[in-house]
This record gives sequence, structure tokens and C-alpha cells, in this order.
Amino acid sequence: MTKVNGGAFLIEPTDPKDVFTPEDLNEEQKMIAKTTEDFVKDRVWPVLEEIEQHKFEHTVRLLKEAGDLGLLGADVPEKYEGLGLDKISSSLITEKISLGRSFGLSHGAHVGIGTLPIVFFGNEEQKKKYLPDLATGRKFAAYALTEPGSGSDALGAKTTAVLSDDGKHYILNGEKQWITNSGFADVFVVYAKIDGDKFSAFIVERDFPGVSTGPEEKKMGIKGSSTRTLILQDAKVPVENLLGEAGKGHLIAFNILNIGRYKLAVGTLGSSKRAIEISAKYAKERKQFKIPIAKFGLIREKLANMAIKTYALESMVYRIGGMFEAGLEGVEDAEGSVAAQAIGQLAIECSIAKVFGSEVLDYVVDEGVQIHGGYGFMNEYEIENMYRDSRINRIFEGTNEINRLLIPATLMRKAMKGELALMQAAQDLQEKLLTLMPSLPEEDAPVLEEEEKLVENAKKIFLMIAGLAVQKYEQELNKEQEILRDIADIAIETFAMESALLRTKKAIAQNGEEKEQAKIDLTRAYIYESFQKVDAFARHTLAALEEGDVLRTQLSVLKKLTRLQPLNEVALKRTIAARILDTEKYTV
Amino acid sequence: MNILVCLKQTFDTEERITIENGKINEDGAEFVINPYDEYAVEEAIKLKEQHGGEVTVITIGPERAEQALRTAMAMGADKGVIVDLEDLGDQVDEHTIAQVLAATIREEDLDFDIILCGYMAVDDGSAQVGPRLAELLEIPHISTITKLTVEGDKVSVEKDVEGDVEYIDAKLPILVTAQQGLNDPRYPSLPGIMKAKKKPLTRLELDDLDLDEEEIAAKTEIIETFLPPKKEAGKILTGDLADQAKELVQLLRSEAKVI
Repeated sequence: MTKVNGGAFLIEPTDPKDVFTPEDLNEEQKMIAKTTEDFVKDRVWPVLEEIEQHKFEHTVRLLKEAGDLGLLGADVPEKYEGLGLDKISSSLITEKISLGRSFGLSHGAHVGIGTLPIVFFGNEEQKKKYLPDLATGRKFAAYALTEPGSGSDALGAKTTAVLSDDGKHYILNGEKQWITNSGFADVFVVYAKIDGDKFSAFIVERDFPGVSTGPEEKKMGIKGSSTRTLILQDAKVPVENLLGEAGKGHLIAFNILNIGRYKLAVGTLGSSKRAIEISAKYAKERKQFKIPIAKFGLIREKLANMAIKTYALESMVYRIGGMFEAGLEGVEDAEGSVAAQAIGQLAIECSIAKVFGSEVLDYVVDEGVQIHGGYGFMNEYEIENMYRDSRINRIFEGTNEINRLLIPATLMRKAMKGELALMQAAQDLQEKLLTLMPSLPEEDAPVLEEEEKLVENAKKIFLMIAGLAVQKYEQELNKEQEILRDIADIAIETFAMESALLRTKKAIAQNGEEKEQAKIDLTRAYIYESFQKVDAFARHTLAALEEGDVLRTQLSVLKKLTRLQPLNEVALKRTIAARILDTEKYTV
Repeated sequence: MNILVCLKQTFDTEERITIENGKINEDGAEFVINPYDEYAVEEAIKLKEQHGGEVTVITIGPERAEQALRTAMAMGADKGVIVDLEDLGDQVDEHTIAQVLAATIREEDLDFDIILCGYMAVDDGSAQVGPRLAELLEIPHISTITKLTVEGDKVSVEKDVEGDVEYIDAKLPILVTAQQGLNDPRYPSLPGIMKAKKKPLTRLELDDLDLDEEEIAAKTEIIETFLPPKKEAGKILTGDLADQAKELVQLLRSEAKVI
């Protein structure tokens, strides 16, 4: 793995060898995945119904069991009783635990946004005091950022912290809303403003005076996770529980959210695979007109579409996992600012994964319900639960709108700081575009050569559109949200296409084309559809940026970049669906 | 206490199995520890936890079967031995396996107080290897046990006899085979998984053992391998009882051809 530079995929080619793929898992990682999956299926599933009815004693008991198995300590260094595992192992745990739905979320909130602020930003005393209990399941953690009046605008928090007269405590006042795990968490990472302006993070224990929680919220989905308001009424927090520096809470908040976004995407992958599995099984069992509905073209097409998107998501998620592994090596022991730097490096990829994963899952469960027909609308069917559970993913950990805006904003910031030669690349491209000759599609091109070209062209389209937008609006571009959204979507689709392509190419290099036909089919199908979306986003923005002859000229340039060899999608998707139906699960 | 466990890696019968050219297709098959052997591994680790000592897991199989040993070591076994019989090709049956296991135990100087096996493997279902091995080692055996207690050299077991329970006392050394219900195998914990890769694993081939190939060659031959017939939808008879009985008799004669 090479050193990571977030966002660089847009201007640099990536060697398939440098990308981590699920095919690269080692034996230990596979065993970790299996232990997690067996644990969820044998231990969690039998009581999931009760968990959904807020019987959190099961959640707590099972989290402790998970702790005994080591499933809470993956990201905690060994010297604090964690396991200090690689980030791929940690991702596998997240993927498999998502099968436990609400329980998966409780687990994720504890090991992720709950524990990680202390792992990355705690001082030695704080780590020693809290991490061993959190890594082993003696105590549980929660993360308290959102307030009734500040969601996306996290820094607009009203909770205050004032130093006590004796200088020994911060006195916290305010309300934190929708706090996952709040019903049973022992430790909360709470954000408050010192003296009303210095946004800072604190480690707040449930037993501190002045700390309480409100009633359980009644939610649309993930009903089995505990969600309450955390109430701070003159809460006395010892000064040594200030996490990181006073006034630097945003560094913790945003970087932990980066990891949270990545982990969310990993979870959506596990859920998407599950939805495909149950939908494929159902389609084979359910008969209408005396034949199983799995024989119908429209049902098969749905299953194929679900798998195609899931393949892109899976490729993306493990690619980023590999980037984290390379980027975060040894960071747990470094200063918080080093951690922030390293995590922040992948902010773009984390936002991409969050948006993409949550939308793939929403698509997959929606079609899953459709395959189930009326039964999919009934509560006793798993897919109905999954449909409801999925919806929150597009909202929490930063709405998909906020995350879309963050992608171009972060890219611009990196370009300004000279970390990413975006401007140069855009300029170079502009000169080339004027004289660009569209390459003619070849009839007998080697496998995936056409797709590789499409990915390259998508990158060019990104530079062209983003370049023109910057030229036109300069500093005012941040007010053009619709255009920023298009730019983000082109980046997201480009990363998804490229991740699938790189993974498949790596697999072909290892096993040959014949054995990797499933991956080739999924990649071709994904890129064909995705590339047309890129074309549409680009045209949408061009029409808003330019008019008249200039618009026509730009559109003709775009047209040269978007030549597409026709693909028999009907046949391709039938083949993809046949594999899924044959194995009754997501199969690559 | 020195504890040996003989285990086999089998394909996961919960996954879909396909047959190609008269053989089970290994491409895409998932492999697991034979579930009955997993009970044996769990029981061995419990014995070690009570009495101290060492658990050695032995398997015969291709390289991929090492994974089964690693899983057993991740659960808590201390060391592993794998014997690759690739050289013998298809000339392997229960007779061969028992001979090779016995030779391995003798030649690797594997001391034992107790040997645990699964009572059968879910792939070939012969239930022979355990008793055969006991015979070769000249020790007693008890098969299909559902409870095991060891105190000093006294062994008490509960044995499943087609739904009833037989209580048997015996003495070490002994070989027992595990039936479902003996225990609930633990999951390999993550720390266990990380430790397992550092535990010793001995790899042997037929040449490493002092065995006569002809003597150990299979005494049986597999003639055909096929999947069970697909389960057809059942038939529900209707009408008054006399007619139903008549129809049933007729169907048993003409369709099922059992009378």
C-alpha cells in the first residue's frame, strides 16, 4: 500500500495492486468475520424481537458477551486491554455485526463514535482510565453532539461549560438529543462551549452529579437501539475530563464523524448483502401464476441491480479500509493532532462512502420490499424491518446533503493548501479538451478496456465541470449548492466505478478472466449505468453555468467524452441474477 | 492431562453442494470443522481447563484443512498435526485414516490420557474411525457420548443409545466419540484467533510415517456419488376415510411401489 492522499483518485491513476479488496483477506480476518457472524446469528437473532421492544438488558448482556469474544476491542491498542487489530479486521466486525440490525447500531455507537474519541484524542490518563473498561465491555460509551437546535450545524451547540470557582470542575448545562446507547451508556463524549464560545469535548460519566437522560424516543426504525436525550443540569465534570484542547472540539467531532461515516458505510454493506439473500430466497419460494417469481425477468432484474450496486459498495468500502490501514498506522500512540491529520486525510472518501452506502442500502431494501410484494409490507417479514432501519442512514452522521457539500468543499481546501494539484490538472485538461478527438470504440477490445476508458473520462468530466464552476463563481461557489451536489455526485460515481474496476482487475490478475466472470459482469454493468449518470450530472450543471454558443461548445466537448459502446444490459443482468438465485445470496 | 482430538474438515452441509464429474465440487464450497468433531474440540478444551494439560488436534487432509486446525487452536487447542495423504489419491477410506492416525500418534510420540473424536463426519457418515483407532491403539472406546466426567483416572460418561441414555464408568486411557448434546462449542474469540497463528503446527506426509502403502490402502471403493433426490411436494388425500384409505393403498402400490 502506498501513502494515502485523500481525493487524489480524481487526478491520479491507481494501480490495482495498491488497492485492498475483499479477495485479499487473510485467514485470521476470515475467522474474525466468521466468529462475528456466528455470534450475531446464534446469540443476537433469537432475542432481536425483544431488543426491538426496548429490552435493553439483552443488548447489555450481549455487548458484554461480545466483549468477552474481543468484538469490542478491535480499535483499542493492546496496552489498554484492546486488541489493536488492523482496520480491515475492524471493518469485517462492523460488516458482520450489522446483521444484528439495532444491536449492530448499539455496538457501532459504542466501539466507534463512543470509544474512538478517547482512543485518538485522549491523554494517557484518560486512556488508562476509560479504554480498558470500554474495550472489554465492563462499560459502554455514547457520543453526544446533536442538540434540539443544532444538527447539521454542529458547532452551533448551545450547551455550555463554565469552570467552577475552585477550578476543579467544568459545570455543563444543556441538552443533547438523540443519543444512541444513552439508556445504558456509562460514558458520554459530550460537546459543549467553554464560556459560550470555545467548542470543546468532555468525557462525562453517567454518575456525575447533574447528568440524567430523558425517555426513550419512538422511532421509525432501529427501534431496538436506545435513543434518549442527555440532560446536563449543572453537571459537574472534573477538569481532567476535558478531551483534547479547549476550543479544539471541532477537530475531534469532525474527525470522529469521518470514521463514523466510514463505519456506517461498512454496515450498509452487510445489510445490503443480507437483503439480497432474503429477497433471492423469497423469490424462489414465492409462486404466482404457478411458477416461482424468480423466473420473471423484472424480478431477476431487481436482484441483479441490487447485486451490482452492492458490488461497487463492497469494492469501495474495502478500498477505503486499506487506505485507513495505511494511513492510521501507529496513530493511536501519537498526539491528537496527528490523528486528526491522518483521519482528515480521508474525509472525502469517508463522505463518499457514507452517501453511497446509505443510498445503495435504501435502494436495495426498497427493491427487496418490492420483490416481497404485500408480504414485504408486513412487520413479521425481515425485509420490512430492514426497510425501516435503513432510512436513518441517509440522515445521521451528517445528512447526505451535508456530506455531498463537504466533498467539493474539502477538495477545494486541499487544492488551496497545495495538497492536491486539482487546479493544475483542470487547466491542463482545458487545453487538451479543445483538440480532443473522441476515441472510437473498438469491437474486440480486451476485457474491461472500454470500462477503464470510461472511468478515465469520468475523471476528465469531473475536472471539466468543477473547473468551469470554480471559474464562474470563484469564492461564491459555496452558495451554489445544486452545482456542488452535481460535482459531488460525479466524484462519488467516479470513485465507485473505479473501485469496482480496480478490484476486478486485481482479481483477474490473480485468478484469470475465466474464474472472475462474475466480477467482470458486475463491474461492466455498474460502470455502464454509472457513467450515464455522470453524463447527466455534467449536463445539468453545464446548462446552469453557461448559455448560448458557449453552452453548445461545452456540450459538444462533453459529448466527445461520453461516447459509450452499447451494452446488452438485459442479457448481462439475467446472467448476474442467475448467479444470485443459484447460490441464494450475494455472490461474486 | 494429555488430550488428543482427531478432527476432519468437511464441507459445510448448510451451504449448497454441487456435484461435478461424480465428485463434490470444491470450488466455492465452504469448509468447516465437522460439527461432531467440534464438540470433541470443545470437550477437550473444557477438560484442559478443569485438569490442566495440553490439547493436540490432529487432522488428515489437504493444505486447506490446516484452517480447521487453526480454528481449533483459536478455540483453545495448544498444537496441531496435519497429515497430507495426497500421494494416496482416492485410495483412502476409514481403514486408511485409522491406520494413519495410529501411526501419527505413535511416531510423533503423542502421549495421551484421552482421545476425543466426533462420532461421525457429516460428509461420509461412516462413524468408524474412532472405534477403529481405539482398536489399533489397544484402548477401550465409548461412542456417541453426551456427557463426560473425568476424576483421577475414573471416567464416567452418558451415552446416547437411540434416544435412551446409558451410564458407563471406565478408566483412562480411553477414546470417546462425541454426539450432539455433549456441549455447546465456543466461538473462537478474537484474542484466540490472534494467538492461534503462533501455535505450533506439524505438517506430515505419508513418507514421514512408517507405513506400508499397500497395507493401509482403502478396502472399500466409492462407486457413485449423487445428491439426494429433490423433495417433491406432498400429497394430501381428501374425501371420506374409507376412500382415503383405498386411495392410499393404491398409491403405495402403484406410485411409491413399497407394497
